[in-house]
Amino acid sequence: MPVTDVTKDTERRTFAITAEFAAPVERVWALYADPRQLEQVWGPPEYPATFVAHDLRPGGRMTYYMTSPEGERFAGYWDVDEVDQPSSFAFRDGFADADLNPNPDLPVSRNDYTFAATDEGTRAVFTSTFDSAEDLQKVLDMGIEEGATSAINQIDGFLARTTQNA
Amino acid sequence: MNETSEDRADALFHALSDRTRRDILRRVLSGEHSVTALAASYEMSFAAVQKHVAVLEKAGLLNKRRSGREQLASGDVEAVRSVASMLDELESVWRGRVARIDALLMEEN
Repeated sequence: MPVTDVTKDTERRTFAITAEFAAPVERVWALYADPRQLEQVWGPPEYPATFVAHDLRPGGRMTYYMTSPEGERFAGYWDVDEVDQPSSFAFRDGFADADLNPNPDLPVSRNDYTFAATDEGTRAVFTSTFDSAEDLQKVLDMGIEEGATSAINQIDGFLARTTQNA
Repeated sequence: MNETSEDRADALFHALSDRTRRDILRRVLSGEHSVTALAASYEMSFAAVQKHVAVLEKAGLLNKRRSGREQLASGDVEAVRSVASMLDELESVWRGRVARIDALLMEEN
């Protein structure tokens, strides 16, 4: 697995995952610059993503929807804040309605993706921050995630903490 | 650890020590199910399934409500979730994403 580090900060509700890819930084960047490639990696195979708008520039917006196995669509958007090609970009990720307009009542996460050259290729760090635990929960509740697996992970996590407190 | 949280841990571990109960919990965490529908999923009597549901309810993992003649059971997401476990969930999403990025980049080589 290319994942080399996972950092979770429950206080700040921040999640960061580091991965090493055997491809140059420019190649990894190209994946985000091309909506057809981006949609291949964004959603799980059971919830394929389709990017409708794609503007990877400061102030630019991406819109996308994910289609459930039952054909239901879950839409979202990215508002791009900062772009430093090919090393980093920052954006806010939120939910959208059926017409792909941002839904202001649903949570928005702040995201920072960085790509650095290494001897073997690229070290990517993906960071997501949520304003509150409720926001994080809502994001996970939106049906984007694989249900059964995550349910059992929750139980495992809960048991692990119960044991720690004992 | 005080007596109350000991008792709670006992109830939790007992509830989750059984394969059928874990399976029931998985189902009701993904959405509300009638006890009748749950019972139809297992090769055991309705009463036996009802007993399993009661154990999960006692452990605070499952909530029951009545709708007409039906008993509807749903998983208590609050009870099994916390920020930590939510971040764990996010990790599995991201591990999938990273694996897909890696596969896409490898395709070309």
